[in-house]
Amino acid sequence: MDCVVTGGNVKVLAKAIQSLSRIGDELYVEPQEDGLALRSVNSSRSAYACFLFAPLFFSRCEKCAQSVQAVFRSLASLEKTVEKCHIELDEQKNRLTFTLHCKHGLLKTHNLSFQDSESLQAVFDKDSYANEFRSHPRSVNISSFYFKREIQSSFSLDNLQIFVLSKAMLTELCLASDEFDHFAVKAHNSVTFCLKELRGLLVFAESTGLPISMYFDEPGSPVVLSVTDNVLEGNFVLATLSEDSNHCKNNTRSAHTAAAPPDDFMNDDMDSYIIAMDTSMAPGPSTTGPPTAPFHKSTCSKQLAAANHRPRLHSEEEEEEEETEDLDRPPNKKFCSLFFGSVLPPSSQMTTQPVSSQEVLASDSEDDSHAE
Amino acid sequence: MKFRGKIVDIACLNHFSRVITTISKLTKMCVLRLTSDNLFFVLSEKVANGGVSMWCELSQANFFDEYQMEGVSTEDNEICLEVTPENLSRALKTVQNAKAVKLKLTKKHCPCLTIAAELPTLSSISRVVTHDVPVDVIPRRLWHEFKEPNMPDFDVSIYLPPLKTMKNVVDRMKNLSNFLVLEANLNGEMNLKIETDLVSVTTHFKDLGNPPWGEDASQDGGPSQSRDPQAMAQARVDIRKLQQFLMGQQVNPSKAMCNIVHERVVHLILLHEDMSLQYFIPAVA
Repeated sequence: MDCVVTGGNVKVLAKAIQSLSRIGDELYVEPQEDGLALRSVNSSRSAYACFLFAPLFFSRCEKCAQSVQAVFRSLASLEKTVEKCHIELDEQKNRLTFTLHCKHGLLKTHNLSFQDSESLQAVFDKDSYANEFRSHPRSVNISSFYFKREIQSSFSLDNLQIFVLSKAMLTELCLASDEFDHFAVKAHNSVTFCLKELRGLLVFAESTGLPISMYFDEPGSPVVLSVTDNVLEGNFVLATLSEDSNHCKNNTRSAHTAAAPPDDFMNDDMDSYIIAMDTSMAPGPSTTGPPTAPFHKSTCSKQLAAANHRPRLHSEEEEEEEETEDLDRPPNKKFCSLFFGSVLPPSSQMTTQPVSSQEVLASDSEDDSHAE
Repeated sequence: MKFRGKIVDIACLNHFSRVITTISKLTKMCVLRLTSDNLFFVLSEKVANGGVSMWCELSQANFFDEYQMEGVSTEDNEICLEVTPENLSRALKTVQNAKAVKLKLTKKHCPCLTIAAELPTLSSISRVVTHDVPVDVIPRRLWHEFKEPNMPDFDVSIYLPPLKTMKNVVDRMKNLSNFLVLEANLNGEMNLKIETDLVSVTTHFKDLGNPPWGEDASQDGGPSQSRDPQAMAQARVDIRKLQQFLMGQQVNPSKAMCNIVHERVVHLILLHEDMSLQYFIPAVA
């Protein structure tokens, strides 16, 4: 394999590798019929990302007869001064060479050794997903809500409501469907997945200006986020929490009409959502009906109650993945999903390794050295 | 107990966020006292804090367009909460361009301060965001720990040099020593000194000026003791505490002063247009 990347595409390649490095430590390189695939998977096999670069992406591309998979430590910092990048694979010497032609006549050569490995491929079919929406990350601007030092966060997308639960705060964000370029949701649902892996994709999409499409289905089946261009396609597949973790499902329905909370505090069930109702969210049965707050209160808040004490006891410990709640609501723009924490494994459709039944832990602190 | 506040002015929101950010840099957790006229951020003197204490006072009218507070009872008409200011700060940062921000005390299985805002978007419908920040309610029997500190019977009171300059000096000194001696006199002179086995470094500031009350010496109303204007009052403090105080300041205050009780405590006072901040650093042997 022998490829050359020039001009602005070098930066795109660098960004792609950076976002892959947020997923896992190792990069799988596979030259294919239709281009060069770069893949990464995290250690718990709950997040997978793949970037496929079409031959058009490269100025020149020759493939060797056999495809060779390579694994090596991620090359996370491709310089901004790089004008051209030459990728060469030497099978005899087991070496992958990145030659960076930089400004001012500087030439940097990275010789990386690799090892053959099993093919890494996640099995998924975007078209079979029930729900899809697409948006430009800038217009949605979710990234402003990503706090840098979140240890564990869950992003539960319920068509319009996004809940981000970090260690000490619960944030709810309501997005109207017309904020999206394309919005095709067939069934109301909610999915919960880890935010950390998503950031890599968001940074990539923001820097390249590409819209992100999100495909999701039932809780438990992975969500797929993708960016496409005529020269590249990036897919991030993230495991979501499964529905089995809904042990409180029935309880929440009855909690819907829960009694007022104890004396000292005012009952703010209505108030929490008054803001939402005041704004011109499309009117519908649920906006004027019983407040959606009760789930919020009884379920998310349990996590909050637990989270409340954690910051004081230990600030640096790793957290566990939250479980998701699902509650059907009348078809409408505004309805709630809920989630709160417990130790449960996400289910995954990864074909690589069997999912081990233990907690999915996100690492302690975000290493933002890659971020711009 | 009920608290609801609304900020509509973008400058007020900005100032409020900056105050909270400053507090968050000074301490991980503190107490928020809400009264009908004011908000106080209080850190009481405890061994856990290293003896440092803080009192920050804001007049609610300077920030809030609407403000409703109903305390624990009519006699004790205030609310006392333990908060993590950094969480509030982060939440506020995300709503800086909102049309209006509502702050309220809510109960979501645990008490929370909820920050809710409408954010303008390109589409016709505003985006709504709410942040629930868990807090702890402080029972009445502990309220006595969070009272306004008394002005200490200081020996010298002096205006501080520009905080940025002071911070630069202290940052460099921190590399050399863990303790710093802060001394000043009524002649507008202040020295920051460190001393180790290998080296001693002193930075001199002069012509700083002394606040008027400093000249009236004693607090107990007795005959003013004529203090030798050249005589220095000093206190040896943990340099990290001083550095932490200086690091947190984002805006230049209208007035910045320091009261020194000789070998006891350094009392730093910052006065801004809309808030006042007092910080006490105890002296160490």
